[in-house]
Amino acid sequence: MSESQAAKTQLRVGLFVTCLVDLFRPTIGFASVKLLEDAGCKVVVPTQTCCGQPAFNSGDRADAQAIARRTIEAFAGCDYVVAPSGSCAGMLARHYPELFADEPDMAVKAAGFSAKCFELTSFLVDKLGVTSVAARCSGVAAYHDSCSGLRELGVRDQPRKLLASVEGLSLVELDEADVCCGFGGTFAVKYGELSDAIVARKSDKIAATGADTLLAGDLGCLMNMAGKLQRQGRAVRARHVAEVLAGMTDEPAIGEPTEAEVK
Amino acid sequence: MSVASTTPRFKDNVHDALNDQRLQGALPHAKNFIAKRADAAVRLPEFEALRDSARAIKDHTLAHLDLYLEAYERKVVEAGGHVHYARDSEEAVDIILGICKARDAKVVTKGKSMVSEEIGLNAALEREGINAVETDLGEYVIQLRGEAPSHIIAPAIHVTRDDIEADFRRAHRDLAPDRDLSQPEQLLSEARAILRDRFLSADVGVTGANFLVAETGTSIIVTNEGNGDLTQILPKVHIVLATLEKITPTLNDVAQILRLLGRSATGQDMSVYTTLSTGPRRAHDPDGPEEYHVVLLDNGRSATLGGPFAEMLRCIRCGACMNHCPVYHAVGGHAYGWVYPGPMGAVLTPLLIGVAEGGQLPNASTFCGRCEAVCPMRIPLPKLMRRWREREFERRLTPPMARAGLRLWAFFAKRPTLYRLAVEPAMRALGRVGRRRGRFAWLPFAGGWTRWRDFAAPQGATFQSRWRARSGAVK
Repeated sequence: MSESQAAKTQLRVGLFVTCLVDLFRPTIGFASVKLLEDAGCKVVVPTQTCCGQPAFNSGDRADAQAIARRTIEAFAGCDYVVAPSGSCAGMLARHYPELFADEPDMAVKAAGFSAKCFELTSFLVDKLGVTSVAARCSGVAAYHDSCSGLRELGVRDQPRKLLASVEGLSLVELDEADVCCGFGGTFAVKYGELSDAIVARKSDKIAATGADTLLAGDLGCLMNMAGKLQRQGRAVRARHVAEVLAGMTDEPAIGEPTEAEVK
Repeated sequence: MSVASTTPRFKDNVHDALNDQRLQGALPHAKNFIAKRADAAVRLPEFEALRDSARAIKDHTLAHLDLYLEAYERKVVEAGGHVHYARDSEEAVDIILGICKARDAKVVTKGKSMVSEEIGLNAALEREGINAVETDLGEYVIQLRGEAPSHIIAPAIHVTRDDIEADFRRAHRDLAPDRDLSQPEQLLSEARAILRDRFLSADVGVTGANFLVAETGTSIIVTNEGNGDLTQILPKVHIVLATLEKITPTLNDVAQILRLLGRSATGQDMSVYTTLSTGPRRAHDPDGPEEYHVVLLDNGRSATLGGPFAEMLRCIRCGACMNHCPVYHAVGGHAYGWVYPGPMGAVLTPLLIGVAEGGQLPNASTFCGRCEAVCPMRIPLPKLMRRWREREFERRLTPPMARAGLRLWAFFAKRPTLYRLAVEPAMRALGRVGRRRGRFAWLPFAGGWTRWRDFAAPQGATFQSRWRARSGAVK
């Protein structure tokens, strides 16, 4: 196959990096790019802001629609749209068509867009047939299933399957791994005390595994759980699953200081 | 007027519940249902197909509710019973009081009924000097405590064994003070002995209904204690109090939904008793009431038909949604502040008492989706909660600060270039400040977060700015 033919058959994947990863933890974005490129994809990053979920879940449908329209437009040239988040991928893949239920033309367009949207690990495993990654990471990790990825997109076995291939990593099951961490977007701030009560239970379960690392596929949930673990002085480090799968664990873990880990 | 709510003070209720050590000790019981339900669902290969079928049965019934209501009424009357339509709580209470007074009733026994909580029946009966006696064990316990149910099928789930012993010693003063009540069985037999007297002295028995069968005019109750049977068979008058959406076309339809109800609720294949009642005692019946009344309560249900919340009318009150809800597990049922707790309550409460009063509940959800995943009737509970949030936003009931913040964020989110100009320097600055510790223990405007948790510092430059630098092209 010539190079131009290879380029033609190469999948053009738009990375929907998510606003949290864009703003707080670019490492996850670059880890996603590496995983997708390693799997043979051409990765592009159209200019983007947010999937619109904060507006959608706050009842501000008009703004959610406007943001969705922009996003659909921005990713028009991509074969697939992949996000390192079950929550944002769920918004793109499940809720965009719902937003345009009263606009038949736009609903069709949104349905077409939604069909090409995937959560990162699910895309790698289910769509590209990736079975292992070339990464090393020593330690014991517990994996938390974030709600939207699990229940809206069926993300459960895919990250575990890929993590099992990471050299030096042993994975322990977290009791109640499928129970919400209490993040819930704006819920975490609007109902801070309630959110805290839920994440405190999660923190106990995480500590009970004896794992040194907490992994999950959503930065929002990770920031919530890491923030609680750290406030309680627990020695568990939190990372996005993509960082481990891409072998990009040189950066300090979520919320950890830079100096201490700089080599 | 329905019973009063404390729902607008939901956040205070949450605070109190979280700091109530006794309650926190009792709450884990609600989680016991989770594994039982999961096992029951796995044991039945057609469980998922039954969920589809049950949804279709209810949707069909609700689309033709007028016809099925008429058919049902005809059958009840043919069987010698009476059907009373009540538009709201007051009408339902008046009808029931009227029936009780006509019989000069002194004691009314009651089977477990959330609708009777909704209309405040016990208080209304007591005001008229009629002794209302709850006969479901859990309901009996909370009646002694002067509390409302905290769960729709396990009303006393917030109470511990020790609490019940103390309540019984306080209430049953004619029994020997030094009696042994250390075992649950001893509590049970004491309650049974007390209730047996009440059953025999009752003039009227009031039950709810899990189903009203249009085909036969039958009301069906599902219980585990048999108290419902004694409530409806022993007194001279049996009153069935139920809402319109309990109508189900045929016994065959009921049989399908019943296969879901017990499994979804407690993990039982069937509850211990499934009792069918059709009309008053006939000449050749060995027992049964002389009068049989059905009070059909609307209280907002007919206005819900055909609207954006109509799917809520499929609810069969199994409690699976609250059994699986992280918010319910954290605070229990009383914090919700009205009759119906958990995710089903979060959708139903604003429908019944208005979104201005009940609006906290659909907001207090992480949308984790576990409720929808286990709802036997496939009610999209998070979607319906989101609809309430949309209503609030449209009617400007959202708190002004939250609304302003959201609109400001959305202004930028819709304009990528402005967004970039605003967030990139902010993240770089925040990253610089936070780099040394890696996180913030306090941040301005983020107290709702940092009061409870640390807040991770950003890495500095945004992903998109780094990406542009890497690919050397600025779009």
